[in-house]
Amino acid sequence: MTSENILDVNNLVVRRGKAIILNIPEFYIQAERSLALIGPNGTGKSTLLLTLAGLLPFSSGQLFFEGNPVCDRASLSHLRRNAAVVFQEPLLLNETVHQNVALGLKFRHVNSHEIKKRVEEALDYFGVTHLAVRSAKTLSGGEAKRVSLARAFALKPRLILLDEAFTSLDPPSKEAIIDDLRHILDETKITAILALHDREETLRLAQNVAVMQNGRIVQFGATAQVFNRPNDEFVANFVGTESILEGLVQNSAGGLMGIVVGGKLIEAAGSFPSGQKVYCCLRPEHITISLACPGKTSARNIFEAKIKKIIRQAFFYKVLLDCGFPLVAYITVPSCDDLGICEEATVTASFKATSVHVIRRE
Amino acid sequence: MELILQGIIKAFELIFSFDPEVLGITLLSLKVSVTATLISLFIGVAIGTTVALNNFYGKRLVISLINTGMGLPPVVVGLFVTIMIWRSGPFGFLEILYTPYAMIIAQAIIATPIVMGISLAAIQNLPPNLRLQILSLGASRLQMVWVLIKESRLPLLAAVMAGFGGVISEVGASIMVGGNIKGYSRVLTTATVMETGKGNFDIAIALGIILLIISFLINLILTQIQQRQHPR
Amino acid sequence: MKMFSKGKTIIYLMFAILLLIAMGGVLNANAAPKQKNIILATTTSTQDSGLLDALIPIFEKETGYFVKTIAVGSGQAMKMGQKGEADVMLVHSPEAEIKFIEEGYGINRRLVMHNDFIIVGPPEDAAKIKAVKSASEGLKLIAQANALFISRGDNSGTHAKEKKLWKKANVNPVGEKWYQETGLGMGQTLNVAAEKKGYTLADRGTYLATKKNLGMDILMEGDADLLNVYHVIEVNSKKWPKANAQGAMSFADFMVSKKVQEMIKVFGVDKYGLPLFFPDAGKKVADLGK
Repeated sequence: MTSENILDVNNLVVRRGKAIILNIPEFYIQAERSLALIGPNGTGKSTLLLTLAGLLPFSSGQLFFEGNPVCDRASLSHLRRNAAVVFQEPLLLNETVHQNVALGLKFRHVNSHEIKKRVEEALDYFGVTHLAVRSAKTLSGGEAKRVSLARAFALKPRLILLDEAFTSLDPPSKEAIIDDLRHILDETKITAILALHDREETLRLAQNVAVMQNGRIVQFGATAQVFNRPNDEFVANFVGTESILEGLVQNSAGGLMGIVVGGKLIEAAGSFPSGQKVYCCLRPEHITISLACPGKTSARNIFEAKIKKIIRQAFFYKVLLDCGFPLVAYITVPSCDDLGICEEATVTASFKATSVHVIRRE
Repeated sequence: MELILQGIIKAFELIFSFDPEVLGITLLSLKVSVTATLISLFIGVAIGTTVALNNFYGKRLVISLINTGMGLPPVVVGLFVTIMIWRSGPFGFLEILYTPYAMIIAQAIIATPIVMGISLAAIQNLPPNLRLQILSLGASRLQMVWVLIKESRLPLLAAVMAGFGGVISEVGASIMVGGNIKGYSRVLTTATVMETGKGNFDIAIALGIILLIISFLINLILTQIQQRQHPR
Repeated sequence: MKMFSKGKTIIYLMFAILLLIAMGGVLNANAAPKQKNIILATTTSTQDSGLLDALIPIFEKETGYFVKTIAVGSGQAMKMGQKGEADVMLVHSPEAEIKFIEEGYGINRRLVMHNDFIIVGPPEDAAKIKAVKSASEGLKLIAQANALFISRGDNSGTHAKEKKLWKKANVNPVGEKWYQETGLGMGQTLNVAAEKKGYTLADRGTYLATKKNLGMDILMEGDADLLNVYHVIEVNSKKWPKANAQGAMSFADFMVSKKVQEMIKVFGVDKYGLPLFFPDAGKKVADLGK
């Protein structure tokens, strides 16, 4: 519990009726950074978010805001006043955009001159100044979402919490808003907590991530770390490692393991004892495809592979390979064209030993 | 057919000659029904909103009761109010039987459940997260409720119009608790019944027409407020 | 955490009460002070004749009382007196009235005026009741001819009189196809009879007032049985202390006063050519005749 953390949580328990829906022994939010809460639907992301915003009461435990305990009406009000929430639906009122963005400021009895200034500033940040006098009910999805973000930012909060804020947007709007948001967060240095369930959004927006399962946080840390080093199968599944392979450690020495997978030997960094049953997790981004056997390369895993299927994704190809074990690779469209590969073709797939994330299997 | 024509002619006669008795009756109709509607507005919106926004044991039952109340037969209301306020009743000491006061009370009892039921439904119909969103922007409970009410402006005004329509046209309870006393508790509806009973169809039709005109004018004003849109 | 404060409800309620009081101030300008109210129970036919609309303003001006005239059926008027919900009654159901006095509910039963009933019907007079002299015989003829008869059927004075006549004629019309009970006031019942071309028993006053729209003729009149006698009765304040005994007496005195009796004598003449009522204060019932 340090005072650099804007929020600290200690043994937080939230109940609905008799059931415990949130159980967080220890947790913290670093100031001026962004944290993503991810997990399947119904796992408690929104609950945790609303509790951290001071909008949901907790049954036991402690919550600290800027080092001070949130335990009575005054401290709760203090937390609420410094936290702004944006929901999945824009939830705008049947008024003009300007009036909507000014709403929070009006509640705080800010003088009208200041309101005007802040509203214009917030509208400008999100590029919706031209919509100021429009009725909020006439906006498109993307426009409405920007206005609701502007409304939150106009308050200049210490903390902003977004609950599945991009889920209902079409991809182009989403792209644009995420870009803008990242910029604004960097500039204003506002701490952000985002409940998300899209890996890409998480990678783009959050420096830290907490993975939730059944009301508990099962892994917490820097995004890249969590994504590349999931603790268990559940997290691995969730953060989206495409290939999860069952294997058996055959030999292990000097930080390098030989793991039998599908009759082939995969070399992976790590030191589990031989005989250990494991999962090998491989991110599709880490698989390289070549037509011929590459020359001297640091990649220790080179396999002949048959291309089973090529699936077009938005910006690349997802290639399903059979190396004796299934493998998924992402390759760019130009590369695919350059190599001239197609289904049923035989290619070479390679990846580094350090790209293989090995998880113990029970 | 000519009877209706006679009635229309009589209506114009009565209106444009500013016949004092008709004027008095019309004014009283408005005073009584507008007051009753205002009372029902305050109580109805307050309770309807409270029930909608809170969870408590027996909430379904309360909502059923309110919905039943929307269809309360006015005559039955009149009967119960009469029993309450006549000399041998618990509130007899107030001596308000056969006064416009009693009519306001009866009409308010008729209109309040209507306003309550519709505002209840209107508030329940708002997006569930809206409440939290408004609170998260820093609203106090009072501010939040006020914003929710404003957001439900459309159905709430419909509720007011429904309540008003129900009581300005009401006759059974008004006769019972008001007594249809000339120059004192006689309103458009009770006068219409009386004139019909006397066989003065032209006057009865004229009064009916005046009632329709008044009702239309009031609803015109309320509709303007209801349908007011912000500029695009 | 409750999301709504009780405070809001209380504020609203207070507002409503304030408004009510404010409106009350406006409305109260019309109401007379407490003990100045007199509740007069009378019948719809009496009210519809317009006599009270002429007399009561004079009474109010002279005495400062505020008279609440509640016009209902005779049965209900008697009941109101019985329950102490009225202070004074102006009714015309002699048997019920006598019982009322005997049971101690009323005092000072005084004769005020009379008018008469008539039997009206379609000018064609299919049952030929014009030929006979007594009302009960006429009703007998109607029964025999199965001619349509419309009754008020509401326990009013008119209805009570009608029932007496049927009894005298030894006929029980209730349940017969040609006998229909409206449950309505006199004016409306006349309209129904006119519409359906049936016979009915009416008081002369209401008939004269509505004659122009009806298209019905007077077929029987003048029979002693058809007399309609009005008495004023004060509700017994010993039984009902809350009754306004002073006011009741004041009103009753007014109705039998010489001045008012004169006014009753000429009421209706300018409009219908004939008076609607005949003043009888001080006389004996047996002496009444046309």
